[in-house]
Amino acid sequence: MSTELAQSGAQALARREGSPWTGLWAVVYKELADHLTGIRMQILETLMLLTAVGTVYAATQSIRQTIGEDPFLFLRLFTTAREPLPSFVGFLGFLIPLTAIALGFDAINGEYSRRTLSRVLSQPIYRDALILGKFLAGLATLAITLVALWVVVTGMGLFVLGLPPGGEEVARGLLFLVATLAYAGIWMGLSMLFSAVFRQPATSAMTAIAVWLLFAVFWDMLAALISQALRPTQYGGVAEELAQARLQLLLARFSPNTLYAETVIALLNPAVRSLGPVLITQLEGAVLGTPLPLGQSLLIVWPQFTALVAVVILLFAATYVLFQRQEVRA
Amino acid sequence: MSVAVETVGLTKRYGDLVAVQGLNLRLNTGEVFGMLGPNGSGKTTTILMLLGLTEPTAGTARVLGWDPTRQPLQVKRRVGYLPDSVGFYDELTAWENLRYTAALNGLPSAEANRRIGEVLERMGLQDVAHRKVGTFSRGMKQRLGLADVLLKQPQVAILDEPTLGLDPEAALEFLALIRSLKRDGLTVLLASHLLHQVQSVCDRVGLFHRGRMVLEGTVDELREQVLGGAYRIHVQARGVEVERALREVPGVVRVTRTDGDTYRVEARVDCRAEIARRVVASGELLALSVDRPGLDEVYARYFQQVEADSGGAA
Repeated sequence: MSTELAQSGAQALARREGSPWTGLWAVVYKELADHLTGIRMQILETLMLLTAVGTVYAATQSIRQTIGEDPFLFLRLFTTAREPLPSFVGFLGFLIPLTAIALGFDAINGEYSRRTLSRVLSQPIYRDALILGKFLAGLATLAITLVALWVVVTGMGLFVLGLPPGGEEVARGLLFLVATLAYAGIWMGLSMLFSAVFRQPATSAMTAIAVWLLFAVFWDMLAALISQALRPTQYGGVAEELAQARLQLLLARFSPNTLYAETVIALLNPAVRSLGPVLITQLEGAVLGTPLPLGQSLLIVWPQFTALVAVVILLFAATYVLFQRQEVRA
Repeated sequence: MSVAVETVGLTKRYGDLVAVQGLNLRLNTGEVFGMLGPNGSGKTTTILMLLGLTEPTAGTARVLGWDPTRQPLQVKRRVGYLPDSVGFYDELTAWENLRYTAALNGLPSAEANRRIGEVLERMGLQDVAHRKVGTFSRGMKQRLGLADVLLKQPQVAILDEPTLGLDPEAALEFLALIRSLKRDGLTVLLASHLLHQVQSVCDRVGLFHRGRMVLEGTVDELREQVLGGAYRIHVQARGVEVERALREVPGVVRVTRTDGDTYRVEARVDCRAEIARRVVASGELLALSVDRPGLDEVYARYFQQVEADSGGAA
């Protein structure tokens, strides 16, 4: 046993030679081409484009009717809902996880089931290049799709409203884009992780969708239930209610959906001053309804934004470790 | 003669399961070596260790002078691998699949296109180059696999079960392609459990059983070693003294009377002429023929002996 340990120790110390990123761009280009030409992505992209056009058109109609003077008219394009359609961001909240899961759920087990993995890994590349290449290609696909959507929305806004967006509106719109990319990255990272855990692509797809459903539908209910159970309001005091609300918010923030929703609200609505419960005393001297400067809005969502990015990195790291330890043979 | 592949005490264990045990393998440059044995005897695990795709538990390997564990890129640049039931991206064409391999090998575009055209033509796939691989038959995929191996112009080709699942004609064609690799000066390592199919192309073979290479040598050497004789001569003759006469022929190892007038003679050399002389002298010779037992028989006989020995010991 001790000799075995010594040997594995010696092997760990002996470094492998050559860059782990050899062949990375070959993998990225191939995967990107697959994503962009694949029927799976074309369907989802068409769906997204149609919803973008539909919701933004509806939004322009109601903006023209109701809001005459708004300094951030352009941002309203993203957030205004008009019955029966939800707002553009509301739709994105559904479609983005779906698209991201579709990009990743067969990343690794698909290579096993097509029996291509050993052939690809017998080329002069490390596994690092394969997994990072797939991840980057997925992110790039998402980025291309989102930028295209963003341009469509902005273009429609220009066309229908006849107003150019201001500098701050463009900046807020771009930050919204980055946050959406991070949110999409979470779902792609999760489905890629499941593609490394499960042997069947169908299993990894279903599991990823189940997790998404949990967070999209049930998580807020669970957060409310748990916080009511743990911090009951027995005497009806402010302190009790505040404690309950804080616990509920804390629990809700374990969901990427909550983090994303909060980020989007604060970025696209400059009037948002706080994402938690606020006491009357804290509002002393505040001019309600006045917009915050971009820097202040960013400050409000910085923790949420950091968390979104951190979860993407964590999920990728877990997938990476898992994949490195897998046998090439299924 | 230089050494292309060498392993010393190569061992792989998965927990309690021993996949490969103390393997000492040596392939000379330019030879075709057959790793033969049933499924699960450690052939594929050995190959994966030679390519650096799995780490050995103990022992060392050298492929073209490089260590596959620490310098896998150097090894994989020079070694082509055709996996057991090779897979391709079905939604891409043959050409596009090879383009990906070329890109992974860092070939410049013009060079890649030239080489892809060459290898597809050599494998007889030029007419289907732009068809999706999903429509290919098993034999075509296997040839595309060999094209994929040759694309990087390797010095060593490792082929895992290359003829498995092919119809007899396609298998023969494929074996001819493997022989053509030898003519090009490639060192070929072949793993298969279809002993009779591959024995014809191998210069040397190693028989694998439960993670160990139990026998190694040319097919003739193994026949000699296991069957005692490399020649099996069937004699049909009448006469009382025939059996004794057969035993006295120089080079004969064993004589068995199969029925009535027929005898099976195992011999180290082709001694038909001498047998004919002696049988005619002592009786009446009716028929005489020779056959050379294949590796299947060598393998089967070897394990009969091994099991008989261990049974006797227990």
